[in-house]
Formats: sequence, C-alpha cells, structure tokens
Amino acid sequence: MTATQKNTFSSLTPAQFAAIGADLDAIRNRVRADLGQRDADYIHNIIKRQRQFEVAGRVMMMIPPTWPLGVASLGVSKILDNMEIGHNVMHGQYDWMGEPALHSKNFEWDSADTSKNWKITHNYEHHTYTNVLGRDHDIGYGLLRMSEDQKWEPRFLANLPLTVLLHTFFQHFVAVQNLKLEEVTVYKTKTTAQLKEEFKPVWKKMRKQLAKDYVYFPALAGPLAPLVFVGNMAANLTRNVWACAVIFNGHFPEDVEQFPESVIENETRGQWYVRQLLGSANFEGGRLMHIMSGNLSFQIEHHLFPDIPAHRYAEIAPEVRAICEKHGLPYNTGSFLRQTLSTWKRIAKLSLPTPKRPKPSPRKADEEAMAPLAMAA
Amino acid sequence: MSATAPRTHFFANGLRRALTSRLAAVLSYPHGVDRYLEQFAPTQSLTEVRAEVVAIRHQTADSVTLSLRPNGNWAGFRAGQYVRLTVEIDGRRRTRCYSPAQSVHATDGLIELTAKTHASGFVSKFLQQRLTVGTTVGLSQAEGSFALPDVRPARVLLISGGSGITPVMAMLRTLTDESHAGAITFLHYSNAAKDQIYAAELAAIAAKFPNVKLLRGYAEANQGGELEGLFSRAHLEAQVPDFAQAEAFLCGPPGMMKAVQTLWADEGISGQLHVEHFSAAPAVVTDSASAEGDVRFTRSERLASNSGATLLDQAEAAGLKPESGCRMGICHACTCRKTSGRVRDTRTGEISDADEADIQLCVSVPVGTVTLDL
Repeated sequence: MTATQKNTFSSLTPAQFAAIGADLDAIRNRVRADLGQRDADYIHNIIKRQRQFEVAGRVMMMIPPTWPLGVASLGVSKILDNMEIGHNVMHGQYDWMGEPALHSKNFEWDSADTSKNWKITHNYEHHTYTNVLGRDHDIGYGLLRMSEDQKWEPRFLANLPLTVLLHTFFQHFVAVQNLKLEEVTVYKTKTTAQLKEEFKPVWKKMRKQLAKDYVYFPALAGPLAPLVFVGNMAANLTRNVWACAVIFNGHFPEDVEQFPESVIENETRGQWYVRQLLGSANFEGGRLMHIMSGNLSFQIEHHLFPDIPAHRYAEIAPEVRAICEKHGLPYNTGSFLRQTLSTWKRIAKLSLPTPKRPKPSPRKADEEAMAPLAMAA
Repeated sequence: MSATAPRTHFFANGLRRALTSRLAAVLSYPHGVDRYLEQFAPTQSLTEVRAEVVAIRHQTADSVTLSLRPNGNWAGFRAGQYVRLTVEIDGRRRTRCYSPAQSVHATDGLIELTAKTHASGFVSKFLQQRLTVGTTVGLSQAEGSFALPDVRPARVLLISGGSGITPVMAMLRTLTDESHAGAITFLHYSNAAKDQIYAAELAAIAAKFPNVKLLRGYAEANQGGELEGLFSRAHLEAQVPDFAQAEAFLCGPPGMMKAVQTLWADEGISGQLHVEHFSAAPAVVTDSASAEGDVRFTRSERLASNSGATLLDQAEAAGLKPESGCRMGICHACTCRKTSGRVRDTRTGEISDADEADIQLCVSVPVGTVTLDL
C-alpha cells in the first residue's frame, strides 16, 4: 500500500474496508473518551458570543448610524446559531454534557425549519445515505439536477437560476425539504391533502420566525420599523446564502462521488466510512472561516464523525488525511473559491442532458463516479 | 434600608413581569428568555431553581458543607426533604440528592448541604475538593415525603447514621427554633468522633435546650459518646425507654436502617417510623456478555427480560415503536433517557455507569437490569 496508488470504492477489498473502518473507529473512540471541560467551554463560549452578536445586532439596527453594523452583527449571530451551534448541537455532539438546553432532543434553532424535520432529513437521511441517489434528498433538494445519474428532465434547464433561488430562500427551502414538494408538483406521488397536513407543524414554526423578524422587532422600533424590517431581511439573506454555499461546497464540487442505491445493501461499517469520505469535500481557511462554517469546512471529518464536537475536526483532519493516503483514497479539499466555482460548474453542466459516452471518459472524476455503478451491475 | 427595599422589590417584580410576558417569549423565540438571561446573570432563571455557592467549609476531613444562595424560584422546603443538586464536572452535568440541614426558619435564606465523601463518591469528592465559592449550581425544588408533619408530634425521636444526619439535623434545628415543648431525642451513630459532622452544634443545642437529649454512638471504642457500637435494642431500651410513644424519623446507611425498621416492625409500631433511604451505589457488573436482568419501559409500563439484543431491538420486540433512524449510532433519533442500569456500547464495548443518562438505543445493549423512560 503506497501513497501513489489510487483506490476507488470498487477497487477496495473487504479487508481494506475493514482496515479503514478500524483506523477511523480508533480516532472516534479516542476523541469520544477525551471529551470534557474544553469542549463544554468551547460551546458555551460560542453561545455567549452568538447571544452578544444577536442582542447587539437587534439594538444597533434600531439606531440609523449603526444600522449596517446591526445587520452584520445579526447576520453573524444567525450564522453562528444555525451552524456552529444549531447544526452541531442537533447532531448530538454535546448530548454527553447532560445539559438540557444543549441536548439534541431539545434544541431549537433560529431558522424556519423545525428541529424535528431537520433531524429526519439531515441527521438520518442525509448522513446515513450520504450521496446515495434516491435516498439523500440533499442531492438537489428535489429541485436541482446534481448528478449525471439523475435522469435529465426539461425542468433542469433552470438548474442555475433555481440554485440562486435556493441560496436566497435557503431557510425556507430547508423548512419544506421534509415535505418533498417535487412529489406533489412534478411526480404526483403525493396528494395536496397529505402535503397540507405535513405543512402544519412547519408553518407553526415558520410563522413564529416570520413574526419575530418582520412584525415584532420592527414594531419595537416604532417609526424606524421599515429600517428594522429591511435589516432583518438582509441578515436572514446573509445567513441563507452563506449556509447554502457552505453546504454545497461540502458535497457538490465536481470530484465528489455519488452512489447508486445498491451500495447500501449489506454495507459494512468500513464501506459506510469510505462512502462518507468519497462523498464529501473540505475547504480551507482560517479559524474564523471554520467557526463561521460550523466547521463544515471539515465536511469529510464531519461525515465520518457526525456526533463528535465539530471544533475537534481541525485536530483530527491530518490523521484522516494520512489514513486516506495510506489506503490510496482521495481527500478532496481546496480553497473556498475553488470549491464554489467547481460546484457551480457542475450545476451548469448538469442543466443540459448528459451526452451518451461511447467509452469511459479518461477523466479521473468520471471514472470514480462510474465505479460504484459498475459494481452494482 | 427600609425605604429602598420595597423599591428594589417593585423593580424586581416589574422586571420579572416583563421577562415572563408574551412579548418577551416572542422576541426570544426559539431559545427563550432564560438562555439570554443566564449569559449575564448565571443564577437567574424564570423557572429553574439555581443557586450560587457562597461558602464552603469542612467540618471533618471527609466532608464538605456548602452554603447556597438560591434564586427567587426556590419555594422553600419542609424539614427532612431533599433537593437534587446538579454540578458541572469536566463538562458533564451530574446530579445527586442531598438533604438541606438548615432550619426552615433560617433568616439568611441560604441552603446548607453537607456531603460525606467515600471511595466511589465521584460527585461528593468534586464538591469537597474542587468546587469553588461563586460557582452556579442547579437545584430542584424540595422533594420527598420524609418531613416533619405540619402538626408537630409531641414526642420526637430522630435516628441517623453517618451523613444521614442532614435531614434530621434540619428537623432538630426547626423544632428548637420553634421552641418545641415536647421531648426530643437525637440518636446518632458514626464511626468515630473525628468523623462526626455537626458535632459541636449538636452539643451546643443539647446544652441550651433541656428537652433535647443527645445520644452519640460510635463504632470505634473510647470515643466519648453516650453509646458504643452499632444500633441495638439494648441501646434503645436503656436510653430511650419510651421510644414506642415517639414519632421516629430515621435516615442512615442500609444496614442500620434495616436493624431499626426490623425492631419497629417487631414492636408493631412501624406506623410511627418515618424513613429516608440513602440511594446505595449499585453493584458493579463485571460479566457484561451474559444477558441478565430485565428491561423496564416505564412510560409504556412494559417489562421484558433482557434478550441481549440492542435496546432498540428489544423495545421493538416488546411492541413499542420508539423513534429511530440510522440504526448505527450516527443520527441520534433513538436517543432515550435511561433512568437506571448499565449499558454496553456495541461499537466500543464500553460499559456505562448506572447514572441517569441519555443513551442511543440502537447501539446500547443492557448489562443487567435497565430502566428506560420509554
């Protein structure tokens, strides 16, 4: 086994899968056993900062000269709330602390999506069936074509503008993600009556979020209500675009693999780990970048260890990378810009039907994307 | 002082009304007012009882006595009741029960808890060695039916052993504060004089109140107590001949409790004996492979004998439908409260402690009897 050898999902032997699984389990067990005061202090500190940004933002927005600062501050607060706090707490990363307010069962975030629905589509479906077509709804959110193996339909001509729309209204798209709207609008496999019923709890949460940002806080500002209204809209938009971009960079740069449904039959723990590795991508940046992305800049480590406190990913990333090298597996990382451009290129390309290829393309990415399908055949 | 006190009270009430208003709830959604309040006033909360540690003293080498200033949500207690104290140790919250020892008439508003440390006492050791003044701790409201009746009995016999002295200490202090007219006998057992908590205060009370009779029994010889050895019928008959006329309140280690309860039962006066049980540390299970014990599902009132499968499988086999998802320990959908018992993590082989904790059903196998809030 040398660093120069390149393995793919289908070239690995059962023994290699088991060895990779054992290496990764060893990291997991070591970190789980080491969790303690440092991790509790970290999340408590992030929460303190988030509350400070939030309160400061709400206040500054009501004072015209500090309005831009207020918008920025509230934007930062919402990003911290959703990413480094909400997303990670709801993964159960801090359940071990025994603090009811930081328990995945109890935590609710400052987003239109209910924590209950989020935990189904994200923690369960997306993290268990990562990048498995037909099982991982994050592949295009039922809206976009994100894989060549997704059958092309004329509606995907709008892939690019729809991606912009998804970024803009991300929190609301996520909020209705569990309703699987395309089943009603496109595929007619769900009735509108069913949809209405499923929408009730979502609307209950959405309504409260909308009322807070667009009725009550503006009303508190009296004559400056429009200022606060627009400010809150800007803060929500900032969070939406940033969160969506971070998530897209984690799974959709061009070299990231997608898998056919057949891979999950009798999948071993080692195979599950490798699928997470090949189905995720990191992006590089400073400490602030990592915090603001909820450490999803370490998407690979997050997918391997979704319930380990995210601030630990930076520490274990070199080890994960070394394991990849040892077993000849790719470790997809690059600058934020590179990964974003790569993602958008993929989205643009997939808006058109994929030309039939007479022979496998010599490109590495295509080879890897085909590999699991070949195995299934 | 007299002018400012009502004003402060007025503002505090006003602030409280504002913070509990519907508007405050809407503006602080979804986290709630408490999650903001605690950032600058850690002991404050709209609903939870929390307290600040204001003093720590050590009456003996193996004990610690804490003075806690509770926030406004503390509703007081009846002498003899206990509270659940929650402290954060190495990032994890741990909860243990302790009985406040102060009089219900204490005017300083403080709660006094005394813990004795022992070899396996993880939390009590922390309280004794690492807790610092100024720390915020969590409390429950007072709980338990072991308490002085509102109509005070004329003849009172308080029996305790070791750190079981705390609830009956609260009773004694409360009764003497009320200038209780009836006879009170305070019968306490400990290993040696140097280990006895509240020794000096007990002597002072006995000296001050002629109706209080103090009987100290020590397991070790020559400790200067009124009694020697463990609790016995002989002690009682010699020193408290009228015990059958008294309302007795008992708290101590299991062996002593059993001896006292047996004697009262033999006399046919169990109705006059009120008891508080120490929660004894459950025995450590060494054999984790065999499937022993039961799985108790308390909310659905089901009982199944442990099959050795994961708790998720066992719950489903028992006809329950707990929430679940990945079935491999990553999504936390099946997280459930374990109220007692030990479980083994199928991924690591690690065996949990017997504390109340949240566990993932899909990767947990019971080791002996386990109780789930399911």
